[in-house]
Amino acid sequence: MDYSQFLAMKQEIALLGVFLLVFLYDLFMPKNSQRGLSGFTIAMFAIFTVSCFCPVFISGQEVAFGGMYVTNPVMLTIKNILNVGVLIVLIQASRWANSEMQIIRRGEFYSLMLVTLFGMYLMISARHFLLFVIGLECASLPLAAMVAFEKNHYESHEAAIKYILTAVFSSAIFMLGLSFVYGLAGSLYFDSVYFALTGADATDPMLIVALAFVMAGVGFKLSLVPFHLWTADVYQGAPTSVTSYLSVISKGSAAFAFMVILTQVFGCVYSQVWEWMLYALIILTITVGNLFALRQHNMKRFLAFSSISQAGYIMLGIIGCNAMGMASLMFYILVYIFSNLAAFGVIQAIENQTGKVDMTDYRGLYKSNPHLSVVMMLAMFSLAGIPPFAGFFSKFFIFTGALSGTESTALYVLVLIALINTIISLFYYLLVVKAMFLSSEEPVIAPFRSACSERVGMWITVAGILALGLVSCFYNQILILCQTWGLPSLA
Amino acid sequence: MEIKLLYYLIPSLIMFCCGVYGFLTRKNMIAILISLELMLNSIDINFVVFNRYLYPDGHEGMFFSLFAIAIAAAETALAIAIIINLYRATKNIDVRDTNKLKG
Repeated sequence: MDYSQFLAMKQEIALLGVFLLVFLYDLFMPKNSQRGLSGFTIAMFAIFTVSCFCPVFISGQEVAFGGMYVTNPVMLTIKNILNVGVLIVLIQASRWANSEMQIIRRGEFYSLMLVTLFGMYLMISARHFLLFVIGLECASLPLAAMVAFEKNHYESHEAAIKYILTAVFSSAIFMLGLSFVYGLAGSLYFDSVYFALTGADATDPMLIVALAFVMAGVGFKLSLVPFHLWTADVYQGAPTSVTSYLSVISKGSAAFAFMVILTQVFGCVYSQVWEWMLYALIILTITVGNLFALRQHNMKRFLAFSSISQAGYIMLGIIGCNAMGMASLMFYILVYIFSNLAAFGVIQAIENQTGKVDMTDYRGLYKSNPHLSVVMMLAMFSLAGIPPFAGFFSKFFIFTGALSGTESTALYVLVLIALINTIISLFYYLLVVKAMFLSSEEPVIAPFRSACSERVGMWITVAGILALGLVSCFYNQILILCQTWGLPSLA
Repeated sequence: MEIKLLYYLIPSLIMFCCGVYGFLTRKNMIAILISLELMLNSIDINFVVFNRYLYPDGHEGMFFSLFAIAIAAAETALAIAIIINLYRATKNIDVRDTNKLKG
């Protein structure tokens, strides 16, 4: 065996290195230096994140393990985007991880988080369904353990039960679909399946069933409607740091992997089979997510439904099946990471200080904590898509991506529905802003000063929201990369 | 008598459907876990049978089912651990009573 092919997976190996360092630090360092574990993890991961932007990592398309694993500058970019998100989550989580109840277990928390990130890397780079399934499980099983992390809270257990049972159920459905794909194509390599399906009859029931099961399986991970029922409960019950991780990183990687599967494997039956399945899923996801978000009072549940509808918008980048859609999907994930993490940063700061997560508790927040409420307002504006902020441009690009190079009226109707839903979503995002700024009642939450790590996390997210909205080079860079290195079937 | 491909596929599909039925109707979490296990095992049969009958030159299906067995074991172990945690907290593993999160 040629061991030099491991060099193709530089990023994965570097991440494993960070994981091992954190793991060994947690196990073997003497008690008096254990205090530095959080700082050590954040520092190591920050070094890793920054070094991944170095040109050493970018050297064109690299293939390992007989084509099972592929990496190229586009994959590198999406992994870097996820890295930035994980870094922010780590910074925001450090106060919670160092709290009295969690401090003995925080080493496990960091290790599990890095392992799930490794699984997501494999999901993104896999070109064989076996590697993909291993990555998927590696990304979702440790997450269940993280959801169950608050041992002394009943809600955390219930959320973990719901998460693990639906995760196993969905992966069973996904693998049943894969077994049909294998029966049809005789191989599990993405490109072999693509070639086997090229001349295939698109009305073959087995193909339709296989594709439906595969989409249902990944739809569970992405919490697309009608596979979304676990989302709100798990988001509410899990520790807030884990919720923020679930809602941005896990969702972002699953969305990218979903796009790879649909375009690389099933690209040849795009217009006959999966375009219409995805069409229905998008309309349902955006609308149902929005309508249920309207009636939520718990902030974490509210953001859960908002994240369901955001997943629908992300799917708009796939339905166009072109390079621009791919670029706007990646840009959307990037913007979504910053906006959602800003909102979760504020929620976490308030929860750590006072234990309150209800929307009614946010009344009059501007009077007592003006900085926090401004951050929250920016996050809500960005999620809703109000012009100068990043969220507007990500929505704009994703609509353009869905429509570029198509004459189909149906897609225009789809974008129109998505636009109407944006207006509905404006209502509930502004409800939070109204409660914070316009409520005449006395503030529920007394003034307090949030911890240093929380402030750093918020500064980064605010800078991201403003910079991505005002500076155009990020999107251009991603678009150029996607046009040169995009998936072959997207050309 | 020769055993055809279909004689394997139909029982495995019935097994899968039994798993889905059990997952949706059972009230005890351990029973739900057993139903999930039934679903995962029927997939292994599918892979092995497709490999043996349709593509006997390669071993991809066999390898996939080997890995799937390992993954299923990991999933069960984790689910059991979480259920035990819940049992310690509430002395109850009935899904009907696990419904505090809603809204």
